Amino acid sequence: MGLMNTSRMKSPWIIHVNCTACNGCDIEVVAALTPMFDVERFGIVNVGNPKHADVMVVTGCVNPKTARVLKNIYDQMPEPKLVLAIGACGGTGGIFAECYNVLGGPDKVIPVDAYVPGCPPRPEAIIDGAVAALGLFEAKAKAMKEKAKKAAEKAKAEA
Amino acid sequence: MIDNLIISLIAIVGAPIIGGLLFGIDRRITARLQNRFGPPILQPFYDFFKLLGKESIAVNQIQMMYVLSHLFFAIAALLMLVLRQDLLMLMFIFAFSTISLIIGAMSVRSPYSKIGAQREIMQMLAYEPVLLLMVFGVYKVTGSFMIQSILDYPMPLIYSLPLVFFAFLYVLTIKLRKSPFDFSTSHHGHQELIKGLTTEFSGTQLALIELTHWYDLMILLGLIALFFAQPLWVGILIALGAYFLEMVIDNICARVTWPWMIKATWLIGVGTALVNIIGLYLRP
Repeated sequence: MGLMNTSRMKSPWIIHVNCTACNGCDIEVVAALTPMFDVERFGIVNVGNPKHADVMVVTGCVNPKTARVLKNIYDQMPEPKLVLAIGACGGTGGIFAECYNVLGGPDKVIPVDAYVPGCPPRPEAIIDGAVAALGLFEAKAKAMKEKAKKAAEKAKAEA
Repeated sequence: MIDNLIISLIAIVGAPIIGGLLFGIDRRITARLQNRFGPPILQPFYDFFKLLGKESIAVNQIQMMYVLSHLFFAIAALLMLVLRQDLLMLMFIFAFSTISLIIGAMSVRSPYSKIGAQREIMQMLAYEPVLLLMVFGVYKVTGSFMIQSILDYPMPLIYSLPLVFFAFLYVLTIKLRKSPFDFSTSHHGHQELIKGLTTEFSGTQLALIELTHWYDLMILLGLIALFFAQPLWVGILIALGAYFLEMVIDNICARVTWPWMIKATWLIGVGTALVNIIGLYLRP
């Protein structure tokens, strides 16, 4: 584990995306930032800007309107990035899964790395999920490097 | 000659390390003031290295050049300080560092970035007159713009320029972009401007801006220390005290609007500095 990887694990900046959630999970996500739970002790900062974020925290199920927005925000985040889906809706669509306008969980649109079940999950569970997901950064960074290598080789071959 | 090279090297390497540590302590103390546990002291360095390892998404090719000139002009200003060069020139170079960042933020199409840049211009409009008056006051007392002459002056400057020092403390909050004047890049995201000035910078560029911020802090604390030199250690202690004062102000203030800032800074900052300088003229 190098310096870069330690830094990645110790400073995950999150962006919180409310994707048609009922606000139950959102309140619990925000509760994790309060003095009571204080996620900043793990270096987690809520940045609100996809270009600065490392971890996307998605709450709620996806419908055709929000799918486009979710994909757009996800694409703006620089690699290596993680996605954490919060709540029952974040996993499967929850009680809204059978609705005519609901596609399902965020994993129907973007690759999700970790799920935190619950309706809503407790702040402790969210922090637990976030810290558990951080272990995936190493593999993600490797994948990013290989992707860049392949792209460079492809560009070379074309030239 | 060789002495100067060694001093410059120590400054270039040491300043960001001390600056980063001070920012880490700042975050820890801020957390404690808010009844939180807070991040580790080394957190700014973790952030820095993480940002270096991110994929680079440049909005346009010229952006990186502006970020680099933001950094290099700040380093140049720091070198002028440690090599005891011209104080007036230092201020101009320091201002150019900020201007580079403003142009960089203006070079993209994001409205958040542009409004942030315009607010930063408002901030410069507020603090630059005070900084220039400070340099003028120093010239009036020591008869030279050189920093060396401040150190050679038999008395600390604070005895002749107490109000100018107060004005400088006032603009320090603006310069460090702390509350109540943190509106060009809100220190905590999720506000009306997202991250203002730095919205469109990501990865390595953001890391370099962070690095420049550490250099900026060291330059400003160095300028505070100048008011109390010699002996220099008193100046350094006072500078650290001033930084602690900034942390407290940051935590007890809500943000003001920019018209309020300009009015207050020109009235209090320029006013007190001018009173001090006029007093110097009237002194027999």
